[in-house]
Amino acid sequence: MTTASMTTDEVMDYDEAIARFDPVMGLEVHVELSTETKMFCGCATAFGAPPNSQVCPVCLGLPGALPVVNATAVESAMRIGLALNCEIAEWCRFARKNYFYPDMPKNFQTSQYDEPIAFDGHLDVQLDDGSTYRIEIERAHMEEDTGKSLHIGGATGRIHGADHSLVDYNRAGIPLIEIVTKPIVGAGERAPEVARAYVSALRDLMRALDVSDVKMEQGSMRCDANVSLRPRVGDDHSGPEQLAVPLGTRTETKNVNSLRSVERAVRYEISRHAAILAGGGSILQETRHWHEDTGVTTSGREKSDAEDYRYFPEPDLVPVAPPRETVEALRATLPEPPAERRRRLQTEWGYSDLEMRDVVNAGAVELIEETAALGTSAQAARKWWLGEPSRRANAAAQDLVTYAAGLGFTPGDVAELEAMVKAGRLNDSMARQVLDGVLDGEGHPVEVADARGLELVQDDAALEAAIDEVIAANPDVAEKIRGGKVQAAGALIGQVMKAMKGQADAGKARQLILDKLQ
Amino acid sequence: MSSLTRDDVAHLAVLARIDLSEAELDRMVGELDVILGAVAKVQQAPIDGVAPMSHPLPLTNVTRPDVVRPSLTPDEALSGAPEVEEQRFSVPRILTED
Repeated sequence: MTTASMTTDEVMDYDEAIARFDPVMGLEVHVELSTETKMFCGCATAFGAPPNSQVCPVCLGLPGALPVVNATAVESAMRIGLALNCEIAEWCRFARKNYFYPDMPKNFQTSQYDEPIAFDGHLDVQLDDGSTYRIEIERAHMEEDTGKSLHIGGATGRIHGADHSLVDYNRAGIPLIEIVTKPIVGAGERAPEVARAYVSALRDLMRALDVSDVKMEQGSMRCDANVSLRPRVGDDHSGPEQLAVPLGTRTETKNVNSLRSVERAVRYEISRHAAILAGGGSILQETRHWHEDTGVTTSGREKSDAEDYRYFPEPDLVPVAPPRETVEALRATLPEPPAERRRRLQTEWGYSDLEMRDVVNAGAVELIEETAALGTSAQAARKWWLGEPSRRANAAAQDLVTYAAGLGFTPGDVAELEAMVKAGRLNDSMARQVLDGVLDGEGHPVEVADARGLELVQDDAALEAAIDEVIAANPDVAEKIRGGKVQAAGALIGQVMKAMKGQADAGKARQLILDKLQ
Repeated sequence: MSSLTRDDVAHLAVLARIDLSEAELDRMVGELDVILGAVAKVQQAPIDGVAPMSHPLPLTNVTRPDVVRPSLTPDEALSGAPEVEEQRFSVPRILTED
């Protein structure tokens, strides 16, 4: 840990901060496209390749190299823009963003400046209580990612104390879409939740569009959170008096690499700004770094001296001027918006709001949809996916889809398991054992059940014999049941199941016991 | 054409990561001013009714298909680097940023 990340700024209690100030946010999200090749050259984009094995004269910025735009990346950019309800530019250019830093060997990043490919959109995001908040989108533009630096000699690979840096340019030139919101106002105390819900909705949208892996932990989706405070006026954070107050000075927090961090970082900055402003101080416009471990931000560079990027139109690239027919053809390829899709599926599946939220949070919507398509009931699909597989995925710190894919555990397996339950071959506890075996890599459900010899005893005579023995051994319990205390049957069922080594249908045992004693 | 101030040059030096002494700053103000003066002659060109141009050819939508082409080998890529470590470009410590 660097000394910087241990400094603790004063923070104001969050509720007090919100009572005294009105928070305004601006969110910039970078999405790395999952194209086969880079934005301006044909180098591969595979994650985790050996260092500097996916580079060429173009992405290394060697003299004389000329960029050519990736057609699929432009198409993805337009689909993202359309899905965000944006206008698509009839004509736009790339621009050079000039800065000196070794992660960009050209000494500029090819980006877009005042002519973004998409602009003036919105995205409706759902909050935890089911209400909807509209985020206005300023723009979505195309640019390229930078190389990755490894700082050597510092305490933890950070720049502080490093004596030199090692650079890998495999990531340099990978297509990025930067999505920028208009100022998000009127959210009041829910600002941190709104920020998380927005990034979460964007992630779902990118997945639905199939344009990016959107893995925040791998950096294929990154969020910078701008936060500023202004004095509270009137009763309502979204009232006209409040909205008329000029915006305060903002800070931009970087390195926010999970949905939870987005929420925490915004909340922290609100409390930190409030403490400074309440103490009569002023906010320094600067970049802040979020520290996941300590839950604080620390100062990065001050913006004022480095903000001069001297943008100018990129002379090596010609303008992008998508014909309107192309735009309309792309609009026709847009998937059902994730929020609508969720509402539709919830109705189809008959889930409660809470059940649906659990399924969404577990990342199980697609898995359940595929499982249900194989004839399994939605409730059974939910029960199996949100049980042991989710628990193990959590323990492995993976999302459910990745975990299941890594294991080769499919909706087909869940359907097979549930089919055995429905056919009366397995009871619930046996099915859980089979599932454990499948997740332990012992094979598909039927194979595991066969190998472990798990099968309900269908022999009614054996079951009846066991019941008769248990009744005979427990005359007092039997008497209670005869007297109408039906709930006492539980004690007998347990013993019957034990006698049957668990391989009996507990429901059937219960029915037989009651039949005999009533 | 407004002329360059000493503060402008100092600011440019910071952006370009060039350490200029006081004497060099003074000299650069004059030299850069001469260069800007020469370039400023283009401002005399008659451009009424001429749209700004960023490319000499009237082309749009020049793209390539998203198909992987061979990259350089790491050895080739690193062949021009003054220093290499762990198959990466080794560069001097970066100043104050992270």
